[in-house]
Amino acid sequence: MIAELNEVPMKSPIFDSVQIGDELAILQVPPVNRTTLALFAGASGDHNPIHIDIDFARKAGLPDVFAQGMLGMAWLGRLLTGWAPQSQLRRLDVRFQGITHLGHAMTCSGRVIEKFDGERSVRIELRSTNQYGQVNISGEALIALR
Amino acid sequence: MIDRKWIGHAWPPSVLHIDRTRLQFFAKTIGETNPIYTDVAAARHAGYPDLPAPPTFIVAAEMDAGAVERFLAELAIPLSKLLHGEQGFTYHKTICAGDTIAVHSRITDIYDKKNGTLEFVAKTSRVFNQLEELVAELRAVIVCRHDRRT
Repeated sequence: MIAELNEVPMKSPIFDSVQIGDELAILQVPPVNRTTLALFAGASGDHNPIHIDIDFARKAGLPDVFAQGMLGMAWLGRLLTGWAPQSQLRRLDVRFQGITHLGHAMTCSGRVIEKFDGERSVRIELRSTNQYGQVNISGEALIALR
Repeated sequence: MIDRKWIGHAWPPSVLHIDRTRLQFFAKTIGETNPIYTDVAAARHAGYPDLPAPPTFIVAAEMDAGAVERFLAELAIPLSKLLHGEQGFTYHKTICAGDTIAVHSRITDIYDKKNGTLEFVAKTSRVFNQLEELVAELRAVIVCRHDRRT
């Protein structure tokens, strides 16, 4: 049983078999709705009313509430931890380029763009794109591989 | 205009005890279905001491402690003009349920673009666990949009 504790059963890509240009399995998330925004406000601790209160959003001159940036980044996190175990994630950086509105159905994608032989790690380019082809979040991750 | 005197300013650390229920709620909210994020046995089987906190969860520490709210109030950035510009994490150790993290943040830069209609605040944080180990470093850029009415 002790051996089992140290075992890592989750499949992890192997450094030598990963190639530059490899695509991570796409993560398609359901369209953003108000329930998700309300729940994420509670779960993340971000209670900014601009994401959950339409009255507040309208007073700020916006037509409606919009998604928390960190919700979109959490989905990119899922894309990565679905590819390799989280303990191998070394860096994650994003730029929020466009607002994710209600109804946006985000597709999270990633592609290996560089391999580092010394530390056996890979750099991954990340994107979160809506159904209209607009990139709302772009970024990069660094993942260590065996 | 955001007062540039805040460049270099540091706040007292935000402390958050990471509990399973909160992590399970967070995982559910982001649609995470991998059982290691909700089932302690699965997490242990995968080599973690308890449920791992998903990679972006750490931000909750400063939210819960009210540090973000305080920082926005002190810099006089209204919520209605606030946008998240950039966010980055460097990970040294996976944070798990049972850990208590302390987030130490500092303003590293304040600058503007487009004739001052957009102002940017760059903040970096160092995150320590209960053993005083550096577990993560955070980078954030927040944007204040003066073209949006309050």
